[in-house]
Amino acid sequence: METKETQGCCCGGNKDRFAKVDEILAHYKGVKGALIPVLQEAQNAYGFLPKDIISRIAQTLKIPVSQVYGVVTFYSQFHLNPRGRNIIRVCQGTACHVRGAKAVLKALEDELRIAPGQTTTDERFTLETVACLGACGLAPVLMINDDTHGRLTPETVCKLLDRYQ
Amino acid sequence: MKHIRSHVLVCGGTGCASSGSKKVMDVLREELEQKGLAPEVKLVETGCHGFCEMGPIMIIYPEGTFYCRVQPEDVAEIVDVHIYKGRIVNRLLYREPISHERIPNFEHMQFYKKQMRRILKNCGHINPEVIEEYIAAGGYAALGKALTEMNREQVVDEVKKSGLRGRGGAGFPTGLKWEFAKNAPGNQKYVVCNADEGDPGAFMDRSVLEGDPHRVLEGMAVCGYAMGASEGYIYCRAEYPLAIKRLNIAIKQAMDMGLLGDKIFGTDFSFHIKVKEGAGAFVCGEETALLASIEGKRGMPRPRPPFPAVSGLWGKPTNINNVETFANVPDIIVDGAAVYAAVGTEKSKGTKVFALTGKINNTGLAEVPMGISMREIIYEIGGGIPDNKKFKAVQIGGPSGGCLPEELLDLKIDYESLTAAGAMMGSGGLVVMDETTCMVDVARFFLNFTKSESCGKCTPCREGTKRMLEILTRITEGEGRDGDIELLESMAKTIKAASLCGLGQTAPNPVLSTLRYFRHEYEAHIKDKKCPAGACSKLSGYLITELCKGCGLCKKVCPVEAISGEIKGQHVIDQVKCIKCGACMAKCPFKAIIKG
Ligand SMILES: Cc1cc2nc3c(=O)[nH]c(=O)nc-3n(C[C@H](O)[C@H](O)[C@H](O)COP(=O)(O)O)c2cc1C
Ligand code: FES
Repeated sequence: METKETQGCCCGGNKDRFAKVDEILAHYKGVKGALIPVLQEAQNAYGFLPKDIISRIAQTLKIPVSQVYGVVTFYSQFHLNPRGRNIIRVCQGTACHVRGAKAVLKALEDELRIAPGQTTTDERFTLETVACLGACGLAPVLMINDDTHGRLTPETVCKLLDRYQ
Repeated sequence: MKHIRSHVLVCGGTGCASSGSKKVMDVLREELEQKGLAPEVKLVETGCHGFCEMGPIMIIYPEGTFYCRVQPEDVAEIVDVHIYKGRIVNRLLYREPISHERIPNFEHMQFYKKQMRRILKNCGHINPEVIEEYIAAGGYAALGKALTEMNREQVVDEVKKSGLRGRGGAGFPTGLKWEFAKNAPGNQKYVVCNADEGDPGAFMDRSVLEGDPHRVLEGMAVCGYAMGASEGYIYCRAEYPLAIKRLNIAIKQAMDMGLLGDKIFGTDFSFHIKVKEGAGAFVCGEETALLASIEGKRGMPRPRPPFPAVSGLWGKPTNINNVETFANVPDIIVDGAAVYAAVGTEKSKGTKVFALTGKINNTGLAEVPMGISMREIIYEIGGGIPDNKKFKAVQIGGPSGGCLPEELLDLKIDYESLTAAGAMMGSGGLVVMDETTCMVDVARFFLNFTKSESCGKCTPCREGTKRMLEILTRITEGEGRDGDIELLESMAKTIKAASLCGLGQTAPNPVLSTLRYFRHEYEAHIKDKKCPAGACSKLSGYLITELCKGCGLCKKVCPVEAISGEIKGQHVIDQVKCIKCGACMAKCPFKAIIKG
């Protein structure tokens, strides 16, 4: 499990901390256009992209840190801050919109007492919105981690949460 | 020899999986084991049937019986009644929304009857994780034919003659694009498949990738041969984990069989495909942004020319096509351009897959010949509008498209007719809207989308969409002013003319098309401060009339406890707490709650 002491220095004092990212980097050695897949795998390994890990990636790939940071902030998939244990992604796409996605989102905001983009204080849930999950046939839809849930109503959606601790 | 008497196909696509098909599969496997039927009944996990609304879907052959919304509890009955006794489990059959008739065989269902399934032919009928099933269905014959019987010019010619046009949105002739890439000088060239499918409301590419991934690989390999490329990339959005998994399985199997890789079919042609996972940015669907993203950069579009066919991935000649475009290729090569082009209109050939969603009875994928009317899709295949509501508009083409009103339901759909009507084919997402959808809110919704997804490189798109959104928001909140409509129109013109890429150039379309067909709704918001659809919450609310019997159901169902009242007494809604979700109105057995 990842702990909070993530903003440590990058002077190499903490070898174990970099073991995972170094392994990922070794795997992509010499591969063209490796930056995004490396960031994706690093985020999977660390839960988000801490500063020192970003520096390490920039150094090894010989890309300026500013440029790596530019890529990280461009794509909505990358995160610079720790996130909850469970990620809720509520679809606000067209099909879901016309079938009441707004009310579903509102119910979740009220239940969790957070706005989209935020994490609950116990770090159990992070609430996000997405533009379409490609499951429009079941609108309104959301994804919790890798599970897709459809045909939701403001009442049924809150009941789903118990399954994710 | 083993004798198989039944094939049970269970859909394992994303839609059905989220409705619980994995569990159904597990329970069924156990049940068959227990009853000793396992050797005689073959269980197959398939890709998407395109009728996700009815999932989990199970089809039993040889009868072709179609069971819908199958739950784990239903499995024992299916095994006992259908597989053992050979009778049909009536209650699990599909029921037509209009005639209420129960239909045993899917070929007779209105939803499938009107369709012409070419691209989706295998989806839902083969196991996408087993290459042999694709080959048995005629797969890789096109690649074989192209490599051994045709030269590169002939392949390009055949695609040109077929009239195939890009399914990614703009409808550029595919054969012509291949020819440019073929004639571009250079030793290293690339084929790229655009599987970013960013339009909200579209999921046809996902279903093809999940249900028949080899078809796309084969189309890409044929393209690689024709243009002289030895490497291909599939750029797939990260929201589609199952599609990515199946693509990787398919690539490995094709490599193992020598259908991809070095010296395919013993010829000199080698072709390798890699999957690249997107990172969540709509603009990366735009071809130059997509290429930048594959190169590991910020996905920002650049001006064209040079076009990718001349200078694409890493500056090399690159041909980029959509998933569905590639999926059309095998049939063109095997059956020939003439057979392919026999279907469609004068300028738009073949079939198109539409994703039917929104306020419609049968949501799902409909593959139909080009030139079909919107009415046929919505009323015959889609089964009409639920809850006896009135049709208002159908949105086509996602954030770059437009809303078509009832008067245009008989329009024959092809690339040209849609553009003339102020919409656009786009990826083919059709979102149906009924009388309760507010068209100003829809326009605001799309502008909010394009504003958030604008990459920020050019000013007209970055600033323009933001200002248009501000105006639309104030209109929906009852703060609209005289002259707002004219201001929107003039901004729309500027943004369309001056933006760098397709995102900005088409972003005003949803506003322009709603203004063209539903101007009165804008006027009602601005002048009368009313939302005719009752959708804009600042301009409407729910009221409990004196028809209230005090049953308390509305109070129970309200998610925010905005309703108060004693049992058997008149209930009231606290307008401040109310979030206007409409749950109370839907629940009230006495129709005592109205919107106004
Ligand atoms: C903002 C924007 C988003 C796009 N998104 C997609 C997409 O998600 N999928 C796609 O195939 N094409 C998309 N396109 C179109 C591509 O730029 C390109 O035209 C297409 O991939 C070419 O393939 P085709 O000729 O087979 O249609 C998009 C274009 C723009 C301007
Ligand atoms: S619009 Fe919500 S899943 Fe497509």
